[in-house]
Amino acid sequence: MKLARKDLLGIQELSVEEINLILDTADSFIDISTREIKKVPTLRGVTVVNLFYEPSTRTRTSFEIAAKRLSADTINIATSTSSVVKGETFIDTARNLEAMNPDIIVLRHSAAGSPHMLSRAVRQSVINAGDGAHEHPTQALLDMMTMREKKKRISGLKVAIVGDIAHSRVARSNIYGLTKMGAKVSIGGPITMMPRFIERLGVEVHYRLEDAIRNADIIMMLRIQLERQETNLFPSLREYARYYCLNRRNIAAAKDDVLIMHPGPMNRGVEISPEIADGPYSVILEQVTNGVAVRMALLYLLSGGK
Amino acid sequence: MKKRKVVMDAEGIERSLTRVAYQILEKNKGVEDLVLIGIQTGGILLAERLGKKISAIEGVPIPVGKLDITLYRDDIMRSGKQRALGKTDIPFSLNGRKVVLVDDVLFTGRTIRAAMDALMDFGRPRLIELAVLIDRGHREIPIRADFVGKNLPSSQSEEVLVKLSKRKTSDAVIIEETF
Repeated sequence: MKLARKDLLGIQELSVEEINLILDTADSFIDISTREIKKVPTLRGVTVVNLFYEPSTRTRTSFEIAAKRLSADTINIATSTSSVVKGETFIDTARNLEAMNPDIIVLRHSAAGSPHMLSRAVRQSVINAGDGAHEHPTQALLDMMTMREKKKRISGLKVAIVGDIAHSRVARSNIYGLTKMGAKVSIGGPITMMPRFIERLGVEVHYRLEDAIRNADIIMMLRIQLERQETNLFPSLREYARYYCLNRRNIAAAKDDVLIMHPGPMNRGVEISPEIADGPYSVILEQVTNGVAVRMALLYLLSGGK
Repeated sequence: MKKRKVVMDAEGIERSLTRVAYQILEKNKGVEDLVLIGIQTGGILLAERLGKKISAIEGVPIPVGKLDITLYRDDIMRSGKQRALGKTDIPFSLNGRKVVLVDDVLFTGRTIRAAMDALMDFGRPRLIELAVLIDRGHREIPIRADFVGKNLPSSQSEEVLVKLSKRKTSDAVIIEETF
C-alpha cells in the first residue's frame, strides 16, 4: 500500500486505505519525538516551504517541527511580511517559490480551493493546511489518530461536533473522514451556524447541545470565531455560552468514558468551560502531540512516492 | 524459472546459533553490559533466539531490543518506493553498553551502516559488534561481521532467503537463482 498522489488537498479525496496508511505511519513516528535525539536523517536535502496567508501558530509550528525532526529544511513565509503586501498575486508568489526548487509547499489560505489552484500551477507537492471554510485535512487526520489511539477503533464510534459548523474547515474534514471510517457523526450548533444541506454528508443535525452529544464517545468542540461576533450569528457571547458551552452539567448526556477534543485555540468559558478543558477526559494536548506525528507521516509519504 | 537449493536446515541453523552464542560470550568475557539488538525484520527472531541461548548458558537474562532502520536508509529518497515503517523497541539505555547487532544476511553492508547511525541516536554504546547468520559477500562499504553463522559465497543474481519461524521446524536457509 502506498500513497500514490502528489498532494494532500483534502480528506474528501482520500480512500479508507489511504487514511489507514497515513495513521499507521504516524503511529510509527510518535516515538521519535520522545527520544533524547529527536531527529532522523530521512528527509535530508528536502526543502519544505510553509506559506501562510492566515495567522497560525499551532499548525505552522507543528509542520515546522515535523519537517525538522525528519531533517528537512524549512522556510516560513507569513504573508504580512512578504511581497503579497506589495501586490504580488498568489500564483506569481507560487511561481517564484517554485523557481527556488523546494520539494513541498504547505499552504494556508483564506480562500477555499487555493491549494488545488496552487497544485495545478507548480510541480511541487502541496499540503493543505487549511483553505477557507473548506478543509483542514491534517487536523482531521490528527483527530482520527487520537480517537484510534484512545478508543482503539474509529468504526462505530459516535462523534459529536459542536459549534460554528458553517465556517469550520475542521468540521468538514472530520465529517468526510469519520463517515468514511464508519463512525456516526452528529453535529450541533445554532441554526445560524448550520450550513444548508449538511445532512447530505451523512450526519445527524441537532440544534441543542445535549441532543448533539447524547451517548457520544467523542465530543469535539469548535472554536467560536470571536471575529465573527459582529455578523449577528448569535446575539452575544454570553448567550452562546449559556446554550452551547460544554460544562460539567451538560456533559452528563454523553457516555461515561467520553473524550473531549478541541482543535484550538480555545475560548475558555465560551464553547468549553475550564473544568472540562483541563478535566480527566480532555485529550486536547494529546491532539497537539499527535499533530506532529501526522505531519511527519505526510511529509514522509509524499516525499517517498516519487 | 527458479532453481532453489537448501543450504542450511533447522538443525544446522540451531548449531550455528549455539556456536555464535558461545563466541559472543567468549569475546565479551561474559554478559556484563551486553545487549542484543535485532534489525527489522530478519534479525528480530535471531536476536531473541541468541538472547535465550546466552541467558541459558550464563543463567542471567540479557536485554534484547528491536531496531527498524527504514528512516536511516541511504536509498530512501531514491528507491522510488514508499517503505512501510517497522517498530523500534529499545526499552533500555545504550549508554556504555556492549551492543551486538543481529541480522540474518550480511550483503552490501548498507543496512548495517544505517543501523549504526540509528543506534548512535539512541545513546553512546561502549562498543558495537555484529552477528549475522549468513555472510554472502559483495560488500559495498567497509563493514565486516564479528560473528558469522555461515559464510556463503554467492553470485549477485542469486537470492539468499532465511526462513525462520517461532516453531523452528521448517527453518531453512535457501539459495534461489532466477533464470
